[in-house]
Amino acid sequence: MSDTMHPEEPMTEPTPNPGETAQPQDVQRAEAAPDRPSTQLGALASGHEEDPAAGREAVFDLKDVSVSYSGKLAIRDVDLTVHCNLVTAFIGPSGCGKTTLLRSLNRLNDLIPGATVDGSINYHGYNLMGDDVDPVEVRRRIGMVFQRPNPFPKSIYDNVAYGLRLHGMKDDLDGRVERALTHAALWDEVKGRLKANALSLSGGQQQRLCIARALAIEPDVVLMDEPASALDPISTQAIEDLVDTLKTDYTIVIVTHNMQQAARVADITAFFSVESRDDGSRNGVLVELGATSQLFIRPSDPRTEAYVTGRFG
Amino acid sequence: MEALASIAALIAIAVLLIVIYTVARRGLPALNKELFTNVTSTIGIPGQTGGIKNAIIGTVIITLISTAISLPVGVLIAIFNSEFAPAQVAASVRIALNVLAGVPTIVIGVFIYGLIVIVYGYSAYAAAVALAVVQLPIVARSAEEVLLLVPTSLREAGMALGATKSRTVLTVILPTAVSGIVTGTIVAVARAAGETAPLLFTTSLFANAVVTDPTHAMATIPIVIFQSSESPSPQDQQVAWAAALVLLAVVLLGSIMGRLLSLRARRRIEQTR
Repeated sequence: MSDTMHPEEPMTEPTPNPGETAQPQDVQRAEAAPDRPSTQLGALASGHEEDPAAGREAVFDLKDVSVSYSGKLAIRDVDLTVHCNLVTAFIGPSGCGKTTLLRSLNRLNDLIPGATVDGSINYHGYNLMGDDVDPVEVRRRIGMVFQRPNPFPKSIYDNVAYGLRLHGMKDDLDGRVERALTHAALWDEVKGRLKANALSLSGGQQQRLCIARALAIEPDVVLMDEPASALDPISTQAIEDLVDTLKTDYTIVIVTHNMQQAARVADITAFFSVESRDDGSRNGVLVELGATSQLFIRPSDPRTEAYVTGRFG
Repeated sequence: MEALASIAALIAIAVLLIVIYTVARRGLPALNKELFTNVTSTIGIPGQTGGIKNAIIGTVIITLISTAISLPVGVLIAIFNSEFAPAQVAASVRIALNVLAGVPTIVIGVFIYGLIVIVYGYSAYAAAVALAVVQLPIVARSAEEVLLLVPTSLREAGMALGATKSRTVLTVILPTAVSGIVTGTIVAVARAAGETAPLLFTTSLFANAVVTDPTHAMATIPIVIFQSSESPSPQDQQVAWAAALVLLAVVLLGSIMGRLLSLRARRRIEQTR
């Protein structure tokens, strides 16, 4: 969670032994940052178990949310609350609908023909799905970072300035661009070449540029869809450190299939799984939601336990 | 099988080379300064040294006007197909464009004759509209291909920042695709410059003088080739070969340049994936 908590000894090892791990890249990351996964647990084991959400304002409130694509159910009946200035992680195996759910939080599913969202999604008490809600305004407040870095083939400066120009935030454009890049921990690396094409940056830098681009328009929430899955271990760590510092100013929802990542960065974790029904169709379902510490050490559902201990997934 | 196929491929190359060789061998002797500085002479009168200055100017003006019509309309069709149309509608538009591309150009000439020339007479405008119809499917299809190469992730990036779809198209998709669209347009320009049939019905009676007013008929290189080649006068036939060489060079250069640039443009777009 925080770098200030250094455990004396890792108690229960949340990382499955490499031999048991289904995903080789997880092993790689664990090696790249060997002391990180246990940080969380050390803090937990020493008894600091309190509800991180206590007393925090709800940003998103989801009730019975189901998403279908052309009538085919992708995820069903999700009840979930996202709290202010916390990192909420969505974890679970492929096909559990975690990305689908994330994309309905900024109405990006609107772009997919045939996608329907049922149930209610409240954002600060407003019905996000209402007919009178302008999706453009929603996306101005709820930023998004995608799985693969997708900078515009424009200059670094123009990438960050894109949203600012779009929303008429043109006063002190240079200052805003600089602040966003600083916020995304990229300024020092690019300050001498703001006019260079964004595609000349490395993958990790491109992803931080995309984060800067999202932060520039001062959103309330930042949604991150597996933001490090296409990056090397060093860049992954840079992104995770960034997530940790960003939560003082933003509410963050991060999708990851990497449990260690969730353990490292998230305050609250929602575990999703896939359920198969009699007719052979499969859809995602929310299994367990709780403080990350709780979920990883004392999962209340056997499916969560199986997943976090690496027996499945 | 392999041998037959190889021979067929060789034939294609051979035909191209023979055409270039023949036109060059016959055209080069007549390729002199007067060709570019003199205007056309009246066909069939021996002993004149006619040039094609007015025909070059006419072809340039008419092609510019036709491209000014076909480029925006074609790109808008491509945007409609790739960004806004439901899949089935886009497929129908695509079929329509392919059919239009297959319509004999002489039929397009007759169509424009009935639509414009009967009312307003021969003019560069009428010729440009006819050529624009020929260019339209080329521009639209090539632009659509390039737009479809632009990855969805860039569209989502724009929308996720709060841009409307139209704004995303204008500020992200088109700038990313612009080099590809330009190269497609170069190919369409080369095609229009060489078209003859649509011009026969729209601008084939012209003055032997430089005309720059598009409401009047203009000489064009293809029509000058066509008319001069039918003349019994050897000077006229020389002009026809020389003009053919000029046209061939322009069209070959245009399409080779277009294809090379298009490869580069595609590679650049693929970088964003």
